[in-house]
Amino acid sequence: MGPLDRSAAALARAVSARELTASEVAEAMLTRVGERNPALGAYLSVTAEHARAAARRVDERIAAGESLPLAGVPLAVKDNMCLAGTRTTAASRILEGWIAPYTATAVQRCLDAGAIPIGKANLDEFAMGSSCENSALGITRNPWDQTRVPGGSSGGSVAAVAGGLATIGLGSDTGGSIREPAAFCGVVGFKPTYGRVSRYGLIAFASSLDQIGPIARTVEDAALVYDAMAGKDPADATSLDLAVEATAGFDRDDLRGVRIGIVAEFDLARLEDDVAAVYRAAYADLARLGAELVDVSLPTADYGLATYYLIAPAECSSNLARFDGVRYGLRVEGDDVGAMYEATRAAGFGPEVKRRILIGTHALSSGYYDAYYVRAQKARTLIANDFARAFERCDAIASPAAASPAFPFNAKSDPYSMYLMDYYTIPMSLAGLPALSVPCGYVTPPGSAHPLPLGLALTTPLFAERSLLSFAHVYERGTMHAERYAPPVLTEVPG
Amino acid sequence: MSSTNIDIRHVAKLARLALSDDEVALYGAQLENLLVHVAELEKLPTADVVATAQVIPSRNVERDDVNTPSLPRALVLAGAPQAEGVYFRVPRIIAEEG
Repeated sequence: MGPLDRSAAALARAVSARELTASEVAEAMLTRVGERNPALGAYLSVTAEHARAAARRVDERIAAGESLPLAGVPLAVKDNMCLAGTRTTAASRILEGWIAPYTATAVQRCLDAGAIPIGKANLDEFAMGSSCENSALGITRNPWDQTRVPGGSSGGSVAAVAGGLATIGLGSDTGGSIREPAAFCGVVGFKPTYGRVSRYGLIAFASSLDQIGPIARTVEDAALVYDAMAGKDPADATSLDLAVEATAGFDRDDLRGVRIGIVAEFDLARLEDDVAAVYRAAYADLARLGAELVDVSLPTADYGLATYYLIAPAECSSNLARFDGVRYGLRVEGDDVGAMYEATRAAGFGPEVKRRILIGTHALSSGYYDAYYVRAQKARTLIANDFARAFERCDAIASPAAASPAFPFNAKSDPYSMYLMDYYTIPMSLAGLPALSVPCGYVTPPGSAHPLPLGLALTTPLFAERSLLSFAHVYERGTMHAERYAPPVLTEVPG
Repeated sequence: MSSTNIDIRHVAKLARLALSDDEVALYGAQLENLLVHVAELEKLPTADVVATAQVIPSRNVERDDVNTPSLPRALVLAGAPQAEGVYFRVPRIIAEEG
């Protein structure tokens, strides 16, 4: 296996042991990105000079005797995160030419740990979407089937990792934007507890929900990235001032003594038969690995979508008020300042962003605030309480990460049908819980030439990242689904 | 939450968003459809429930009141659509007396 296809852990060991240099890895990856990215569209911009400079610094630090957990590991950064001196767009026309003047804390911590920033990855505009089709700046294709979406909103970071254009990626998850695309592309996507990772330098969508997390090809790699990023940041007052336990050393070989909850309301009979069969097999594998499966109930989970599609747009309408043609990005002139605001925002935002701004503005407006926003925040309390009760009976919850495998482009033209894609991931987001998706099997839908991956979601109580990752690691090692098939792009394209 | 008739032009005005007539028709219909879906929250017994303010146990976050370096002014202004000297330049806000 060439260095570009090794795990982050193996690559960092090889670079730290000076078997190869970070600069060699960076050059090889930039060459491969030049060959493959035009077809996949994972990156909106390739940050070659930043990659080369970071690789030189890593090689100097290794030569000076340092050992770095992500030494020389190629990193895809979702383009709603700032990296100083790079175009940072949130995949929106309104920020198309904006150059970030500083670096996000999460990105900086990965660079400090030795990661090499290869490029800024595509996303649904301002992270609003579940397929990457809402990007105003480019199309990202699923490495498993290029007629299908990669999922979203972190579709570019996920496609980069699945397609061999990065070893690790950073995504952001507001209602499922790391977990759903990870499931669609057959990689590991991990959303930590709200507040574990600083949001400083993440372009805000819904601030009470947004959380940065890692995307990787193995649970161990995701844990390495999380360990590098997590922890208090004075620049983000909501970042948690709690000790972060290292998660990457796994101390468990099986799931004996672990109670895993299966949610009664997530009835597998509602899914296609082949998809349901994969999830039944996944639950059986958890039991085979020693877990005790217990039935739990989340009676308010069905209200998650309605709750989320009030709270997230409300926060979005407030956060995106800052894009007014004055301080950054696009300006479209008008007769007076008000006309300039309206024309700038009309030209700069795409349809989904406009929809959410309008929903949120309505939900927060005089006369409607209590009926919509406050009621949704009360529903959110009920949903969080349901999880707290469920976790009295189990250590983790297993569920589908998505209702289907990746779907074809333009398959969800009605906005609400796209919102339904988040059904299985939104309740955990509303409760702030740590959750991840890990590959759990494949289905071959009619019309697809290749098997498509599915993802198993695991969720634990607040702050229980260490347990979550260790359970997922046991499941991954005990099933080896990622070893069964590879995305065709890895075998058909040279490099 | 009973009425789902949105005055979409009023909402767009509040949101500082210019909409074409086609967009008013499109987004108006889509928003009313969404509001039908979110109306299901009325079924939940929320009268005695405390609204979530935050999902993690966290108290007021304070820091010492000391100056720390900010981003260089020139760097920040370089990202603005129009700047003049040390300022963001905007269209006239106060009308001339007629």
